[in-house]
Amino acid sequence: MNGVVAGITYRAVLGRRRILLLILLPLGLVGLAVLLRLVGSADERSAVTLMQSFAIGTMLPLLGLIAGTGVIAPEIDDGTVLHLLSKPISRPVIAQTKFAVAASLLALFAALPTFVAAWLLVGGESGIATGFTVGALCGGIAYAALFLLLGVVTRHAVTIGIIYALVWEGLIGNFVPGARQFSVQQWARSIADQLSSSPFLATDVKLSFAVPALIVVTVGGVLWAGQRLRAYSLTGDE
Amino acid sequence: MKIELSQVSRWYGNVVAVNDVSMTIGPGVTGLLGPNGAGKSTLLHMMAGFLAASGGTVTLDGTPTWKNHQIYRHIGLVPEREGVYGFLTGWQFVLSAAKLHGLPSPEDAATKALAMVEMEPARDRRVETYSKGMKQRVKVAAALVHDPQVLLLDEPFNGMDPRQRMHLMDLIKAMGTAGKTILFSSHILEEVERVAQHIEVVVAGRHAASGDFREIRRLMTDRPHLFRIRSSDDRKLAAALIVDRSAGGVTLTSNGLEVQATEFRRFAWLLPRVARHEGVHLHQVSPADEDLESVFAYLITRSS
Repeated sequence: MNGVVAGITYRAVLGRRRILLLILLPLGLVGLAVLLRLVGSADERSAVTLMQSFAIGTMLPLLGLIAGTGVIAPEIDDGTVLHLLSKPISRPVIAQTKFAVAASLLALFAALPTFVAAWLLVGGESGIATGFTVGALCGGIAYAALFLLLGVVTRHAVTIGIIYALVWEGLIGNFVPGARQFSVQQWARSIADQLSSSPFLATDVKLSFAVPALIVVTVGGVLWAGQRLRAYSLTGDE
Repeated sequence: MKIELSQVSRWYGNVVAVNDVSMTIGPGVTGLLGPNGAGKSTLLHMMAGFLAASGGTVTLDGTPTWKNHQIYRHIGLVPEREGVYGFLTGWQFVLSAAKLHGLPSPEDAATKALAMVEMEPARDRRVETYSKGMKQRVKVAAALVHDPQVLLLDEPFNGMDPRQRMHLMDLIKAMGTAGKTILFSSHILEEVERVAQHIEVVVAGRHAASGDFREIRRLMTDRPHLFRIRSSDDRKLAAALIVDRSAGGVTLTSNGLEVQATEFRRFAWLLPRVARHEGVHLHQVSPADEDLESVFAYLITRSS
């Protein structure tokens, strides 16, 4: 970890308009929870549905994409990353720092609002709030690493990330059970399911697969991103 | 410290950007001169550890520059692209560089570096409000903050006004005199001539010439020059010119004369005298191939 790299990265991500994107979805989630309470539908079933389809199914991958690519891709695009890379700091340390920033942003903007929304709906009932919060946190960490890697590897990180999150996880994952095995949000749901006793919550991916998969994606993503940064090349206009 | 390139090539797919270049950059100021697209940036990026050579080796005092972040303790890099965080102030930007280098007293180093490029008055403004020249200077300050032994600058004078240009030239000269190894790229001969003691010329990815600026200047002026001349009596002038040995060939065209001058200085001295002697009025004298491209083309045919 490098404090200066982290400081610049926080300012780059939060200072631009990206912060609006980071705030909008969590606000929507908490707003929906408040609305459900007001109309008197704040029961366990609607809580689980909201958590599964919105918190984990929509908000987490999108925020993961914004934070994960946002900590590095714009800097690579406009060349400012050179300021960090032309210093005697090991590139893997720069990658780890960027990952830590993205993961912390996801803890703040995804996991915390997930807890607030679930708590507003059902309080501590059946461990739903805790389960989904831990699930969102673990999923967020894996997304941060995955999308950071994508941001380092390709200039089309956002497009590829959206295709992965919406088409693979969202669309194909709904119809093809096998695809769910390779879906970060399914792994996050498995963790939520493990910690919650709610009968409305069911998952397809076993915890014995989900936990190692989360670890492999996270550690592998960060290490690979560091290696790719070591070989960062300026190809110039020539 | 010295940078050594030994039989370095770099290609992108089928395109060869740099072809079998060997050179040693030692203490003092070296200008890397060549037309746009000649491979100057590619060479500079390989020296700075931001590009792998496809063949050959690039070393800094014997250690490879590729995948070696320790070289940045000794190297300061001023890239051509703007690449400055717009949301930071000039002071924050240079200070962050000092901190990233792990300097014992980053504030002092940043203050000194900003003073060197005369950017103290604007140091608390955000970089995005700077002009191109100011951004360039703040980049130079960030590259100098750790007092590196080697400084690499890619087209550093682009976008600077004449006064800033002079100032940076003086700064580079002073650092070269102090024994630092400085390399900067440029496509403008006059720029290179004013700052560099030593010049390396690259054309179309190949190392075309190497030497001090007098030598390069001589190579460039002593080549055959082509002049287009329009006068009151072209035929009479042609006959008078061809008598002298400085005129290699004279062609009469519908637009006037084309004279191949083999000795530039003598021909420049001769032409007005001959015209006056013959009573011919000169309407127009223009060098036909004075652009840098043809100068470089001449150098590359001479070297091969």
